[in-house]
Amino acid sequence: MTTTETTLVPNFDDDETDRKIAFICSKGNLDMAYPALVLANAALGEGIETHLFFTFWGFDMITKSRMHDLKFSPVGNTAMHMPVGDVRIPQALAPLPGMQPMATKMIKDQIAALGVPEVPEFLDQIVASGGKLWACRMSADMNKLTESDLYDGVEAIINASDFIEMTDGAQLLFI
Amino acid sequence: MPVTTINGREIHVDDEGFLTEYDEWDEDLAKVLAANISVDLTDDHWAAIKFVREDYKAQGETPTIRRVSTAGGIDTKKLFQLFPKKPAKKMSYIAGVPKPHGCV
Repeated sequence: MTTTETTLVPNFDDDETDRKIAFICSKGNLDMAYPALVLANAALGEGIETHLFFTFWGFDMITKSRMHDLKFSPVGNTAMHMPVGDVRIPQALAPLPGMQPMATKMIKDQIAALGVPEVPEFLDQIVASGGKLWACRMSADMNKLTESDLYDGVEAIINASDFIEMTDGAQLLFI
Repeated sequence: MPVTTINGREIHVDDEGFLTEYDEWDEDLAKVLAANISVDLTDDHWAAIKFVREDYKAQGETPTIRRVSTAGGIDTKKLFQLFPKKPAKKMSYIAGVPKPHGCV
């Protein structure tokens, strides 16, 4: 046991403001929506400037008509097993009717049980924490979508050059 | 575990300085802890700190920002204003509880 005369105070690095992180969200499957949301939320909680760029299939995460209904499929996922134990779902059964809704419900229940919000509410939290959401111009054009089709918290639709310019000096994560 | 001197009292803390003994905390100590990290306590701060302490006692773990917002009723934006940059850690420190373990 050590006793210190001076007060031991945690170092919250308040002056260290230059760290910046950006996530490129390229997937629209429910399970692949979460890694960026969880990490972005954690980065914001550490006081780090955080950007999320939604592109290709990741566009579903911020498209109003789709963001509430992302799906999870066991097809092609050999790590898909039942919540308890090591029982795997055989790949031959994975594409059967009913499997995708069942797997989606299962994963949603597991996420909710941890108190982790669904995708739209998670985006609300990220925006409230100061995170910036950006939509990809090419994806918007391909899907024939405009800003009015997108989640209200999205800052703007920007092109690839804008994103590269904006993330100068940032740590990048492609998901 | 180190022991540090805060406000003339010997207080048990972890290696970073977070309190490890729930019952060594009182409001006067919280004022000193807040001053240590340059937070000026207002009624809104106290509401958050008190929720963190009560929730820790009830649940056995420190609430995350999300939990302070959903269960404690103090919205996320407000928490970032009250405890700039690192609300979860700053609230825990002032409330005399460990850092949150949860991811979200």
